[in-house]
Amino acid sequence: MIFGVVLFHTTSMALKAEKALAAQGLAVRLIPTPRQLSSDCGFALRFDWAERSSVEEILEGARVETAGVHPLGE
Amino acid sequence: MSDDLIYLDNAATSWPKPPEVGRAMVECLEREAGNPGRSGHRLSLAAARRVYAVREAVAKLFSAPDPVRVIFTHNATMAVNLALGGLLGPGDRVVCTGMEHNAVMRPLRDLEERGIAVAVAPCDPAGRLDLEAFERTVNAAPTRLVVLNHASNVTGTICPVAEAAAVARRAGALVLLDAAQTAGAVPIHMAALGVDLVAFTGHKGLLGPSGTGGLILGERVNAAEMVPLLKGGTGSRSAQERQPPDLPDRFEAGTINFVGIAGLGAGLDALAAMGGPEAVGRHERNLAQLLWDGLSSIPGVRLYGPADPAERVAVVSFTIDGLTVSAIGARLDEEFGVLARVGLHCAPAAHRTIGTFPTGTVRFSPGPFTTEDQIARALAAVRTIAERA
Repeated sequence: MIFGVVLFHTTSMALKAEKALAAQGLAVRLIPTPRQLSSDCGFALRFDWAERSSVEEILEGARVETAGVHPLGE
Repeated sequence: MSDDLIYLDNAATSWPKPPEVGRAMVECLEREAGNPGRSGHRLSLAAARRVYAVREAVAKLFSAPDPVRVIFTHNATMAVNLALGGLLGPGDRVVCTGMEHNAVMRPLRDLEERGIAVAVAPCDPAGRLDLEAFERTVNAAPTRLVVLNHASNVTGTICPVAEAAAVARRAGALVLLDAAQTAGAVPIHMAALGVDLVAFTGHKGLLGPSGTGGLILGERVNAAEMVPLLKGGTGSRSAQERQPPDLPDRFEAGTINFVGIAGLGAGLDALAAMGGPEAVGRHERNLAQLLWDGLSSIPGVRLYGPADPAERVAVVSFTIDGLTVSAIGARLDEEFGVLARVGLHCAPAAHRTIGTFPTGTVRFSPGPFTTEDQIARALAAVRTIAERA
């Protein structure tokens, strides 16, 4: 499985995103932000890259501001 | 010891707290005490989750538009300072009521010295806002902000917030609601009331510990244009030396009181378990009415505030002819174990309005855990003191 990560500017947004995605039944997990991607917020949200479009749609609907979405590799 | 005490000072701080409050704080300290939003490890995440859950609970309680628009502060005073200092600049005009607490009046008088015009809309001797005079005051000049004391900490008088907010909005002003005395005792729906900002404290009706409170920003408040009270580290956008625009971080510089917030969360849960503000407020107002009726029947006792119980929260102010309020307070405590607050209650403006400045009043404020039996014993104590006056 290829994972993706959503980056955030704040922890509150990361937690808001986690709640919104989990409420829609998506398997997501907060992980320490990979250093190569950002130094902004301590947490990033890892998801199944195959679900990228649903993830982005749900986050937009929940008014979650992100700092980027990136593939993470296997 | 506490079994014998009759605590009638819940308007100053609620006591006792639900036992879950202390337990949640201990649990947070012992198991989740990483710095929320600063690190990526499990203790930091656990604390961040706890804080965010309380943000959500607060947002739900006030029907706030978004949990990230709940800004945690150390108390209502800090929230009021953030709102007033953050929104007002030289040349702006602000209108408040004649029943404000010093948490509002002192920052306003300070702003006045910096070129902000301050107008006070009059209240009658029972503390009721004169809506027609209020409208004239608001419309006398362009007004940026209106501050409304939701309920007086001196007389309990409830402000007609929806009506006053409608006047303010028609004039293009934002509305700040000081909910120090009403959060937890009166249902507050921001949009339905038409208020843009709510300042609340955690340690009164929300049953949390001291050191907690907050400011809720409605949709009409442009947070990016609002100046933070404190600037500093937030754990976000760390590469920048300017305060970030993101909410709530913009207004939460420095490590927040997450242990206290954990306690506040438990207080909110306990409040909900007791039926929420509607049920708890009803219990408190019933007790306040017993106090009002009982005190009315004691010769020499004078009551302040509106006679109609629908116009009051559970705060009852009185004096006894021939006795100083300090003497009454001391005897209530020493001889009867009845704990009240006497004097000006940090609200000289309100005491001027009701005619009790500078001597003040004795204030009884029952809480969620006060019983009818305690009210009867407090009334008997006042009767004894008044008879010997």
